Amino acid sequence: MKCQQCEKPATFHITELTGGQPQEVHLCETCAKSYLTQGEPGGAPVAPTLASVLAKQLQLGKAAEELAKLDQRACPTCGITFYEFRNQGRLGCPHDYVFFEKELTPLIANIHGETQHVGKRPRGHEGGTDEQSELIRLRREMEEAKHKEHYERAAQIRDKIRGLERRSPPASAQGGA
Amino acid sequence: MSDHKLQELANRCGEWLRGSGPQSEIVISSRIRLARNLAAFPFIRRCTDADRQQIEKTFKDAVAGIDSWQGLWQVEVADLPTLDRQLLVERQLISRELSEANGARCVFIDPQETFSLMINEEDHLRMQVMHSGLDMEQAWEQINAMDDLLSDRVNYAFHEKMGYLTACPTNLGTGMRVSTMLHLPALVITQQIEKVFRSLQKMGLAVRGLYGEGSQAMGDFYQISNQVTLGRSEIDLVKQVGEVIPVIIDYERQARAFLVKESRKDLHDRVSRAYGILCTAQTISSEETLHLLSSVRMGIYLGLIPDVEIPTINKLFIHTQPAHLQKLRGAELPSADRNVERAMYLQSHLRKRAADNGGASDN
Repeated sequence: MKCQQCEKPATFHITELTGGQPQEVHLCETCAKSYLTQGEPGGAPVAPTLASVLAKQLQLGKAAEELAKLDQRACPTCGITFYEFRNQGRLGCPHDYVFFEKELTPLIANIHGETQHVGKRPRGHEGGTDEQSELIRLRREMEEAKHKEHYERAAQIRDKIRGLERRSPPASAQGGA
Repeated sequence: MSDHKLQELANRCGEWLRGSGPQSEIVISSRIRLARNLAAFPFIRRCTDADRQQIEKTFKDAVAGIDSWQGLWQVEVADLPTLDRQLLVERQLISRELSEANGARCVFIDPQETFSLMINEEDHLRMQVMHSGLDMEQAWEQINAMDDLLSDRVNYAFHEKMGYLTACPTNLGTGMRVSTMLHLPALVITQQIEKVFRSLQKMGLAVRGLYGEGSQAMGDFYQISNQVTLGRSEIDLVKQVGEVIPVIIDYERQARAFLVKESRKDLHDRVSRAYGILCTAQTISSEETLHLLSSVRMGIYLGLIPDVEIPTINKLFIHTQPAHLQKLRGAELPSADRNVERAMYLQSHLRKRAADNGGASDN
């Protein structure tokens, strides 16, 4: 069986008992060493880097095959796959937070200790802005159409984009101030 | 941005080295940064060139609509020569990421250098406010108002539950990084700095040396900032950092008092030698300069070096950095020549002072 964090064969089979359910982790010797030495003994844990949190969080309780399937999932708006996100540590577009919400929530909890925003909201846009993501998807489609030389289709999408942009301008622009 | 403006900038001290804010003997600056993205575009790594230009245009149009911002300097970072970009990094007006990235990217700079708006950095918009000394609450008021002004004119990516959406989940929620830069030479000399770090880390604060990696900070300047950005309000984060500052100031003051009381001769010798080398070296690296200026800075505050004042030292900190040095000289210089130029610059600014003061002890 392959190590859950790299391509080498897994020689360490660890059963995590810290959560509610026992979780199986399968790692090669190198990955097991870093997995087991994370955090200072007795003190507060070392500030987690995104990479270390991702590595630890995602592999817990996931068989290698299950993770492979998750890696293939791609955001319909920007096209980024979960695998690409895991590797780069960066998301592709705002909609990713919606599309990958289930996978991201434990990661976010691990980084911040919380998952609910309690700070300020954008003045005039107190609700969410996910409808705007449509524009991201449309632009991507337009590029693909141009690339395939379907220029009429590209022009149609461009008009759609313009319509949407006109319909949802920013909150009434206050002059000056 | 005209070269004339950049030259003018290079000659000045800038806000964070002004050295006249509250507690500026130990607190160099208070800084707040907000990360924001436009809802209608992918995060920067997945942006096409056209996307980047449209993002720039969106912000340019927004800024143009804000009366009080008509005096901002608009700088196309992509068009700047390397030296000029480095100059802006040294002044902390842009980040290294923005300087070294590719593609359309720009920055709006306040002529007083108290704030800058970076476009197309890791997030579409990174705005920051910087004040000299301990001034965190004012910095927050300023940046909050700036954020609201822009928020009226652009659509930020925002989620009901997760807050402001950022390219990296580590900035999610408030998108806010509150940080302060402190000068802690006595804590370093008395070897208590590691203890301070560990306490801060236990409180969920990040510490790093301004120059250099991790705890090995050149010049004894340390930056303390919040780590968590989600689940706490902005004002709470300001408090989280703001509240530790007086505690650390106290530790540093106590350590300085201890050194003066228990090893005054050694301390006096240390700072005097540092001053001596700066006055007479024929060639000197920026690392060594930082190290020595740090000692001298402390020495001046403790009344052990009468020949030079803090504003001069602050100016030297910024002018002896590589890009500033070359800009003031008016030429690009290879490293070895820079080290000589640096030494000459230090001599001309320190020895002249000593000469002006007549060299006698009663002045």
